[in-house]
Amino acid sequence: MTAARFAVAVGLCAIVCLLVLVLAPWIGSTGVTWRNVLAGVRPDRDIFFVARLPRVLFAGLVGGALATAGVLFQAILRNPLADPFTLGVSAGSSLGAFIAIWLGLETVVLGIPIVSVTAFAGALLTILLVFFIARTGGEMPTFTLILAGVTLNFVFFAVMMFIHYAADFNESYLMTRWTMGALDTADMRTVAGAAPFIIVSLLALMWIARQLNPFAAGEEWAASRGVDVRRLKTICYFIASILTGAVTAFSGPIGFVGLIVPHTMRLVLGPDHRLLIPTSFFVGSAFLVMCDTAARTMFAPTEIPVGVITALLGGPFFIGLLKRKRGNL
Amino acid sequence: MTALFSLNDLRFGYTSVPVLQGLSTEIAAGEFVALIGPNGAGKSTLLKIVAGLIRGYRGHVEFSGKALTQWNSRDLARRIAFVPQETHMAFPFTATEIVLMGRLPHRTGVLTDSPRDVEWTREAMALTDTASVATKIFNQLSGGERQRVVLASALAQNPDVLLLDEPTVYLDLKHQLQFYDILERLNAERGLTIVSVTHDVNLAARYARRMIAIRSGTFVVDGRPNEVLTPQHLYDIFEIRAAVFERPDGRGTYIIPSH
Repeated sequence: MTAARFAVAVGLCAIVCLLVLVLAPWIGSTGVTWRNVLAGVRPDRDIFFVARLPRVLFAGLVGGALATAGVLFQAILRNPLADPFTLGVSAGSSLGAFIAIWLGLETVVLGIPIVSVTAFAGALLTILLVFFIARTGGEMPTFTLILAGVTLNFVFFAVMMFIHYAADFNESYLMTRWTMGALDTADMRTVAGAAPFIIVSLLALMWIARQLNPFAAGEEWAASRGVDVRRLKTICYFIASILTGAVTAFSGPIGFVGLIVPHTMRLVLGPDHRLLIPTSFFVGSAFLVMCDTAARTMFAPTEIPVGVITALLGGPFFIGLLKRKRGNL
Repeated sequence: MTALFSLNDLRFGYTSVPVLQGLSTEIAAGEFVALIGPNGAGKSTLLKIVAGLIRGYRGHVEFSGKALTQWNSRDLARRIAFVPQETHMAFPFTATEIVLMGRLPHRTGVLTDSPRDVEWTREAMALTDTASVATKIFNQLSGGERQRVVLASALAQNPDVLLLDEPTVYLDLKHQLQFYDILERLNAERGLTIVSVTHDVNLAARYARRMIAIRSGTFVVDGRPNEVLTPQHLYDIFEIRAAVFERPDGRGTYIIPSH
């Protein structure tokens, strides 16, 4: 990895991400002019600063965090099919949300919906549960990690199904809507709260990115290259899980971003994690903002769930990429 | 001659069943040792313990005058490199990227590869005759090429010791010889200490200057290949009858097993 290659690849992705973030708030079902927005004329100012900008920025954070978490899970599990939700974080988060909806806790405290608080609690609980189940004698074997995650997924889905069944029509609708994912739940305070954590995580990851490369050949192989396998794996597990849990607490589970973006970047730039982590963050960010912009404008004034768009846009694009660069996955 | 490795009553078991039952020996710097023995004898386990990859053993293992447990993994990786039987990459790294991973314990750069890393990588690839596959995807290389790339990665660590676990088991005859030729050169020209686990007794006899036989977790016999390879020893180690001959090229002995 030369400095030039790193700078060009990461720089380009960052510029694309920035352009999308700057342009997206101007697009929407109601036209706004930059003159009115900057002059503070209503309703243009409110549409721009209250309705659209926080949503766009939040979509950027969610997309970036999920893509980064996807890279990490694929790296530590040595499994290209892993995504941020493989180890049960989203199931735990959804269970937390379902319980709050079922109990009728739809209030907002200090700008944060109770549903998001319980969703985050559910995610954290899952993260710890999987960690302690998977740990045997100080080690955390990949196999038990996946098995613990997948098993908890099943258990949580069973409980969620029960709650869903027991709930009334209105609650049931809210629950279904939650599992589809949405990005209109955040205001500027959520964005300001989540951004520092995500940025610090990203910087920490850049520091250890190079050590993730030999993981691809197995933990023994990495250890014989001087990597402290147990520590690196634990650090990556917690960063990836908490990133996922933190954003899904507000957005609900948004699929595909965390699987497709890491793969796309790997096909384009190769599997070196020093490039994969930052570029996946920026491209994941841009991708989700574009999907959300499409979700709120395509059938305006009706919105469609953003998860529908991520899958419909991402799927065919990904298949095309696979066809062209077959064998390099 | 001071010992590079010194083992004193080494005992280990993955479960309560013992795999290694009290091994004691010394290996000096610059030796070329072949570790032979039947399946399940504990060869690979011993090699991995010495490589610092398995902890939790009993007894005492010392490397370079310090207990192995007191080495941190990064410092150890600058002195000892390990080559497994086979390497499979979960992601499509190129051969050069694999070799560059050998530079990790030297931590010369966080985000980029330093000029030193690149230089060492190029040299290691030249030495192992892998420069021609530098930009190819590792998983798409032939078995022989893959194994030489992994050897190059180990050499990029700039180690004093090379530990190999049946490194030529999947290679054809030509590539087996080619691989051991490289090891022989590294041992002779750079004084690299080499310990190789192998099932190919004849190959080991041709290249190694010391042979240690292990069976059921204990050392059976230890000496020069022509001292170790006698019909009686071969029966003790492998439970086979074998005829032992002088090689026509004068490079030690070879065996022909016959039940």
